[in-house]
This record gives sequence, C-alpha cells and structure tokens, in this order.
Amino acid sequence: MSTLVRDTRIVMARELRPVRRDPFSVIFGMVQPLVFLGLFGPLLVGSLGGQAGVLGGSVWQWFVPAILVMTALFGTSATGANLLFEFQTGAHERMLVTPLSRPALLIGRALKEMVPLAGQAVIIVLVMTPFGFRPHPGGALIGLALLAVFGIGLGSLSYALAIAVRKQDWMFWAVQQTLIFPLMLLSGMLLPLETGPSWMRVAARFDPLAYVVDAERALFAGEWSADVAWGWVAALTTAAVGLAVGIRAMVRSAE
Amino acid sequence: MIHTRALTKDFTVGRGEAVHAVRGVSIDIEPGELVAVLGPNGAGKTTLMRMLTTLISPTSGEATVAGHDIATHPARVRRRIGYVGQGNGAGHTQRVHDELYTQGEIYGLDRRAARTRADELIEALDLGALRERKVSDLSGGQRRRLDVALGLVHAPPLLFLDEPSTGLDPQNRANLWEHILRLRERHGMTVVLTTHYLDEADTMAERVVIVDHGRVIADDTAEALKTKLAGDRLTVGSPDVRTLSRLAEALPGARDLASSGERLELRVSDAPTAAAELLFAARDAGVPVTAVQSHRPTLDDVFLTLTGRSLREESSEVSK
Ligand SMILES: Nc1ncnc2c1ncn2[C@@H]1O[C@H](COP(=O)(O)OP(=O)(O)O)[C@@H](O)[C@H]1O
Ligand SMILES: [Mg+2]
Repeated sequence: MSTLVRDTRIVMARELRPVRRDPFSVIFGMVQPLVFLGLFGPLLVGSLGGQAGVLGGSVWQWFVPAILVMTALFGTSATGANLLFEFQTGAHERMLVTPLSRPALLIGRALKEMVPLAGQAVIIVLVMTPFGFRPHPGGALIGLALLAVFGIGLGSLSYALAIAVRKQDWMFWAVQQTLIFPLMLLSGMLLPLETGPSWMRVAARFDPLAYVVDAERALFAGEWSADVAWGWVAALTTAAVGLAVGIRAMVRSAE
Repeated sequence: MIHTRALTKDFTVGRGEAVHAVRGVSIDIEPGELVAVLGPNGAGKTTLMRMLTTLISPTSGEATVAGHDIATHPARVRRRIGYVGQGNGAGHTQRVHDELYTQGEIYGLDRRAARTRADELIEALDLGALRERKVSDLSGGQRRRLDVALGLVHAPPLLFLDEPSTGLDPQNRANLWEHILRLRERHGMTVVLTTHYLDEADTMAERVVIVDHGRVIADDTAEALKTKLAGDRLTVGSPDVRTLSRLAEALPGARDLASSGERLELRVSDAPTAAAELLFAARDAGVPVTAVQSHRPTLDDVFLTLTGRSLREESSEVSK
C-alpha cells in the first residue's frame, strides 16, 4: 500500500512538471470553453434571457457553472492523447520496466488532472465575476471539489481509451469526439433541455454529465438541493468506474 | 546473469494467425559479459529482449534474469536491470534533468540522492549544456545518450540496450559507444544489446549471438564465428587459372573455389599463410601470378554461410 502511494506521488509529480514549467499550457485547455463563453453566452442572453424562469435569474449564473463542467469535459477527455504519445515514443515502455506499481501509473496521471482543471475553473470564475457572475463562496468550493472528482474519472476513462486503441491511434480522437458531443448536448449544458422534446429529457437521465451540470448550477447558486447529492453520486461513480477500468487497462498495457 | 530455456513467443495477429517471433531460445550469459544479439529486422531480437525485461510474458519456456525468474518474480527482475528500448525512453514533454530525477525517485533514491545521481549522469554522458532543455528539442544523438543515462540511474548489474545506435551518424555512434564502454568498465556491468549493424557487433561485442527467424543460429566470439563459419577469402589473378585452381585445392581449408576469367576466388582457413604457400607452389609449377588479395571475413559472410542470405541487404531493404 505504501509503495502504491509513493509511486502515485512520483507519477503525479512527473506529470505535473511540464505544467509547472509552462503554466500557460493550462490556458490551451480553456480555449473551447472560453469561445463558448464569449460567443455563445451573448446569443444565449439574446434568445433566452428574456424568457423569465427558463434560465433562472441571471444567464451567467446558469451558464458559467456549465462552462466549468465543459472545461473538465474537454480537458480531461483529451488527456489520453498524452499517454498515447508516450506509447509511441517509448517513454511508457521505459516506465513499465521500472519497479513502479502499474496501478500508480494510472492513478497518478488521473489525480494530476485535478490541478490544471482547478486552475482553469478559478480563472473562469475570476474572469466572469466582473460581468455579474456571483458565485456562492462555499458552494463554489464544493463545486470545484465535485469537478475535481469528476475530472479524475473522465481522465481515467480517457487513459483507458488511449490504452485500448494504442495500436490504431487515430481511433482515439474518433471515439472521443463521437462520445463527447452527445454527452454534452444531452447534459443541458449549452441550452436548457426543458425546451427540447421529451425523449431528450429521458436520454439525459442516463448522462452522468447532466447530474454534474445540475449540481454545479445548484452549488454555485448556494442552493443545497437534491441535485447536489445526485451530482456527487454521478461524479463518484464516474471516478470509481474510470479508475477501475483504467487500472485494468494499465496493468495490461505492455502486451 | 541470464539463463533461458526454450523461450518462445507467439503473437496472434488478425484472424487467429500466429507469428512465431521467438522459437525455443536457450542461452546462458555470465556476469560481466558484453553480448551482441545480431539479426535482420523481424528476427525477434526486440521480442526476446521484451520477454527478458518482463514487458511481455513468454508463450512457453522459462528464463531467469539477474537471479530471478521472469514469470514468478518480475518485480525483483525489474529492480536489477536497466533497459534502453528501441524507442525514446525520455518523455518528450519533460526536461533532461527532471526526467533523470524522476527515474532516480522511481528506484527509491531520496531527493538529494536523486538530484546528485542525475547530475553525475549528466556529466558522464556529456549532457551538461542540455540540463534544462526539453527532450523534444534534443537531437537524435543527444536523446539517445539521455536514454542510456536513464537506464543507468540505479547502476544496474545488467543493462539491456535495444538498437542503441540506430539512426545515429557514425560520429554519434562512436561517441555513444565510448560512453557505454566507459560506464561498463566503471560498474562492471553485464551488457546485452541488439543491433543490425554488422560492424558494431564485430568491433564492440565480446560475444555475438546471431538470431534469424526467432532462433539462435550461431553463438560465439566474432573471431571464432568468422574463422569457423566463414573463413578467409583469397583472390588470385593469373592467366592460367585452371592450373592455379588445382594447386589451390591442396591448401589447408580450401573450399568454395570459383574462377572467372583470369581470377580465382576461394575460401581458406588462414589467408596470409595460404597466399604465401600458393605463391611458392605456383612458382614451382611455372604458373604466373599477377595479383594476390586476401580478405578477412565479416560477420555478413558468417550470416551468408549460415542462411544463404546477406544481412546487409536485408537490413537496408527493411529500413527503406
Ligand atoms: N506486439 C506484436 N504483435 C504482433 N506481432 C509482433 C509484435 N511484436 C513483434 N511482432 C512480430 O514478431 C516478429 C519479430 O519482431 P521483433 O522482435 O520486433 O524483431 P527485431 O527486433 O529483430 O526486428 C516480427 O515478425 C514482428 O512483426
Ligand atoms: Mg527490434
């Protein structure tokens, strides 16, 4: 057990070093969410902002928490590409010949995902505050923690995908893109599902992202509703499943 | 240091089709040896090495490496070996010193020891100016030196190098070898490397294991292989090749006689002595000799004798 903790720390520190040496790399993970904030946000205000009740009091209050989840989704689901690259160069093989515990190779990487994600989330919250976004402080902190847990799960799944397709690496982006957009649209992240057909609302019940988005909206508004609890269930389940699948894949990644 | 018995690896590709990458390899390598595994591309060198370094498990057969069974105690094997794979061990987004430091931590060095060790290796492998450089910004030769440094962090008693010098220009190859040999001297390491460069196996290794189609087809010192399996070549020019052939047949170890125009070619066990003998015999018989040339055999001649194919051609074909 203690070697697992030690090895996880080593892997995590190694993964974080390039981030620390080049903090601006964190910004790249924010490009898409910022585009949505800057270009989609105003449209949302224009088209739905007037309809009282649909988005609650303020559009930003509705939209910013969702954009944080989007940041987590884009950033952590792409992270498997880093591992894929290490498969190709031989760096991963080198690590597999060392005494490092194989689960640690996955857990360390997955935990590291929290760090850039937290950085990105804090930047977005700070940038949006002058535009009238008013996060509830306690709720926001818990929201970030929820996001971190969810990010660990998504990151693990992304690594597992990378390991599964390591011999046909083009498949990585094909699968990632195919999954990410339905998950995103069904989560009610960009547009409220209340205005969509009922089958979509049924499908959304099977989208863990939907629960996380609802929980983040509630937390950033300081509402302690059942949505929060369901969000945690979704995030913890994603993390548990992601880690289990990821570790299994990692243990077999040498063959 | 390494003992394998009938080590075998089959891969399944496509619809249940099997590739027999390594077929029943049994070798024994003693501490301190410097062994080159030589063979054409696809011979199974990397697969053999990946089994010995615990990366993949054999289909059948067994092996002990550095005193431990690869199947039952892979973790113990991993502690005692260094491995420089065919690709780049250093992560491309990492910096030179960082990656060496991490490797030290992995092998249980504390912060200070890991830092000192990284500095020592940077010094030993001439990477001083590149300490803070990102791996992706290094040249091929620099990156390879870093890979070797990574394999040496824990001063392993046994070092595996898979094609350490492939893709390097002659100067960089010589430079890398100088480093490897010096470090081996200092630490008394056992070194096992694969290569498809004939001259590299010939000049660097004390023992050459030739692998083809997953099997060991020869195993000895380069000198012994050349003498036993290929023999020297002698080319003699004369207007009377017919008589000369008759005289040449009597030379010790003479074989593979071939004549074309005014030229006779043959193999003998010791070319300089045979040349002198042939010259005397020719003078006594009144046969004029216009030119004599002797060639020491290369490992390519050995491979040609063993397989009927030239290693040089095969390697260049695949790498195209
Ligand atoms: N993971 C693998 N899956 C399927 N076939 C493989 C795999 N690795 C190697 N092979 C096959 O095994 C044979 C030996 O390959 P390899 O050990 O890489 O040879 P070498 O290192 O001597 O060039 C080749 O035919 C190669 O295609
Ligand atoms: Mg190879």
